[in-house]
Amino acid sequence: MESIFKGLSRRDFLKYCASIAAMLGLSEIYIPQIAAALEEATKGKPPVIWMQGQSCAGCTISFINSREPTPPELVLDILSVRFHPNVMAAAGDVALSAIETTMKKAKDKYVYIFEGALPTAEEGRFCEIGETSAVDWVKKVAKDAHAVIAVGTCASFGGIPGANQAVTGATGVEDVLGTPVVKIPGCPAHPDWVVGTVVKLLLFGKDAVLAGLDKYGRPKEFYGTLIHDNCPRRHWFEAGKFVEDFNDPEQANYCLLLKGCKGPFTYADCPKRKWNSGTNFCIDANAPCQGCTQPEFYAKFSPLYEKLPEIGIPGIAGYEVSADTVAKVLGIVTAAGIGLHLVGQIATGRLGKGGPPERGEE
Amino acid sequence: MAQKITIDPITRIEGHLKIEVEVEDGKVKEAYSTAAMARGFEQLLIGKDPRDAQIVTQRICGVCPASHGLAAAQNLDKAFEAKVPDNARIIRNLIVGSNYVMSHILHFYHLAALDYLDVMAIAKYTGKDPRLLAVKDKIVGLVEAEDTYPLTPRYDPDEFSVDDPEIVTTAVAHYLEALEKRKKAQEMLTIFGGKMPCYCTLVPGGVTIHPTPDMIAAFKYHLMDLIDFVNNVYLADVLAFGTGPLLPIHQLKVGAGVGNFLSFGMFDLGVSGDYKNRFLKSGVIMDGKLEEVGEFDPTKIEEAVKYSWYTEDCGGLHPTEGKTEYDLDKEGAYSFAKAPRYDGKPVEVNTLARMLITQDKGFMDLVNKIGAHPSAVARHAARAWECKMVAEAMLDWLDELVDNLKAGNTDICDDKPVPEKGKGIGMVEAPRGCLLHCVQIEGKKIKRYQVIAATNWNVCPRDDKGQRGPIEEALVGTPVPDPNNPINVVRVVRSFDP
Ligand code: SF4
Ligand code: SF4
Repeated sequence: MESIFKGLSRRDFLKYCASIAAMLGLSEIYIPQIAAALEEATKGKPPVIWMQGQSCAGCTISFINSREPTPPELVLDILSVRFHPNVMAAAGDVALSAIETTMKKAKDKYVYIFEGALPTAEEGRFCEIGETSAVDWVKKVAKDAHAVIAVGTCASFGGIPGANQAVTGATGVEDVLGTPVVKIPGCPAHPDWVVGTVVKLLLFGKDAVLAGLDKYGRPKEFYGTLIHDNCPRRHWFEAGKFVEDFNDPEQANYCLLLKGCKGPFTYADCPKRKWNSGTNFCIDANAPCQGCTQPEFYAKFSPLYEKLPEIGIPGIAGYEVSADTVAKVLGIVTAAGIGLHLVGQIATGRLGKGGPPERGEE
Repeated sequence: MAQKITIDPITRIEGHLKIEVEVEDGKVKEAYSTAAMARGFEQLLIGKDPRDAQIVTQRICGVCPASHGLAAAQNLDKAFEAKVPDNARIIRNLIVGSNYVMSHILHFYHLAALDYLDVMAIAKYTGKDPRLLAVKDKIVGLVEAEDTYPLTPRYDPDEFSVDDPEIVTTAVAHYLEALEKRKKAQEMLTIFGGKMPCYCTLVPGGVTIHPTPDMIAAFKYHLMDLIDFVNNVYLADVLAFGTGPLLPIHQLKVGAGVGNFLSFGMFDLGVSGDYKNRFLKSGVIMDGKLEEVGEFDPTKIEEAVKYSWYTEDCGGLHPTEGKTEYDLDKEGAYSFAKAPRYDGKPVEVNTLARMLITQDKGFMDLVNKIGAHPSAVARHAARAWECKMVAEAMLDWLDELVDNLKAGNTDICDDKPVPEKGKGIGMVEAPRGCLLHCVQIEGKKIKRYQVIAATNWNVCPRDDKGQRGPIEEALVGTPVPDPNNPINVVRVVRSFDP
């Protein structure tokens, strides 16, 4: 019980390990193993360089919303945050010197976290730090890093700045580096997803993290399930009851498909984990999932409040959609055998061309 | 001979900012402020569905997405000709109010305080308070492990830095406690907002969430705890610092600024979007005449681009006619920020502007106590006072919501389809100042979208007449006795909460 956990009692420490197990979706029998590994792995705090490109700092603000470990523990006890633009005491050259020092002294040991998109147009001049472009920083700092983690949808896939690709050439970190990076998308990323991934990196090593990524480079623990599959409103989807007017209290718990819900396309564990210490999440707040963890966010998911045309017509009209999503949506509807209302509407063409069912038509 | 100092990046702010100053005889003689990043939100919205705007524009700033969302929504309310129900107006106030509390706490403790504290003085703490001893152990532990990040490296503490071990240790304990409190303020927000940063319950015409008694009770529970912290810790700390160790900087008028102040007003009390009926008042103060609050006239806003990386024809326009087209090779230009002007003049926007314009008696008494003139320290004082005012007002707004619900008024949204054509403008106050969004809709799509973010007003470069931006002006005269240690420069810049 040395190192960074010396401030915690054994009981608190085990509680903490249990929360890590839960965060990573592991069973409780792993707690002793996690405890042992954590004690071993964190004898020295891992050095972290956290930089921002075309970001809004939202992922940072979200990161310090972490419930377990708490923000002070994160910043002072668990990580050795060598550079972070919103947190560090230094400014200017003094701040940049911390990057240089870390790169030299902790070569191949530091974790490089990047937040925000990278503007590749005009030699990177749309985002400069210390008169060097963010693009050049990424190439330089990633080279000697132990691992590179793209935090948020901007750094992962270009995100919202990516919708202005034509002008600033905004894109994700992987595009610039040309090598795979671990991606924690979300607009912003959920603190548990970031903390959990860093902890997993400490516990089981880089290879284990890389082996557990999905096809978009996201850790499967957090992005392994479709929002729609775990949605608390799924029964309404199947019953064909949809929110059409936000104002109507009768509809307040109905399925949000017709209000543009991207839950049927989006992989993340929001329905289980929820946001801000488990307080709420989009769909529970009667707001459609915007699909913020997907590569399609934002431009390809716009209009956010319109039903994507693909959803209404699986197998009926010939719209292009990724096969697994269609199969899944269609599979759910038919296999459940109770999506009759919706299927009926699709069949009669009322949903098919994207229009919501008329009120009173039911 | 003037010496040039470049500070890039300015840390502990949102965004990328570079400051260049010329120092002569130990004082800043000339200053240049460079916004060093652009994403092009105004362009990426063109051709999109208007309803996306309040979601997309929240991503302009992760610290104050709540305000961007509101400005966009009020803008769209007008374009959609939607009548926002009373409950929605109140819920929006509660959401944005929660973010005020979170943002002000974050700014003082986490973004600004390190400029005034000699953290290493903690090692000399000799008191018996177990909580402070724990803080001491923590810091001493870091020093022993030779890992004092992120507290070092730093600028050297100077004559204005506080090095009393008792005060510093208490302040650092509060820094850590404040990390938890700001998180709690976000949790409070998400009761009605769904998720934070970037809440999801805001739509043109109102909100999506139907308030229930348990939501209201949970909100109140969080709020009482935060009011306690704001009054007894945050405000108390700011008063203790402002009337004690930091009084000399205030008396030297470090960071005074342009003397022109603007506020759009904030927290609608009557009809949603009516800037003339707000809890924090709209108005203008010009030429340092702090007693004379004039009426705000939205037609007097214009953006200059002579020193900004935009084509010349983007300049001299009211935002409703605004244009965004980059020219990165433009001669003389040094910033991605346009230079917004009110009645042809640079104006300071932020909490100090709002408090001076609102003329709240409690704040005015406070101002008179430390000397009634703008300064970096005065901005921190204004922020703490406003935080208290807004937090306490939220209790009244909760009561109003309860009364509405009891009276059977459950409306939350005038849920309208996208109009074929329309124009809107949304003017609110973000925690850091005046925030304007405006939209033009044609063929149910966005044809034009323009934003003047709060920080733009303050960090902007010179205008066509060569008038410095507010931060540039505030920097002129700032003492820099040691050019290798320009700590006062970052103090002034950060006091604006850019
Ligand atoms: S469409 Fe959205 S609201 Fe409806 S069941 Fe699927 S995820 Fe839930
Ligand atoms: S529910 Fe959807 S939009 Fe909301 S946070 Fe999760 S992935 Fe993002």
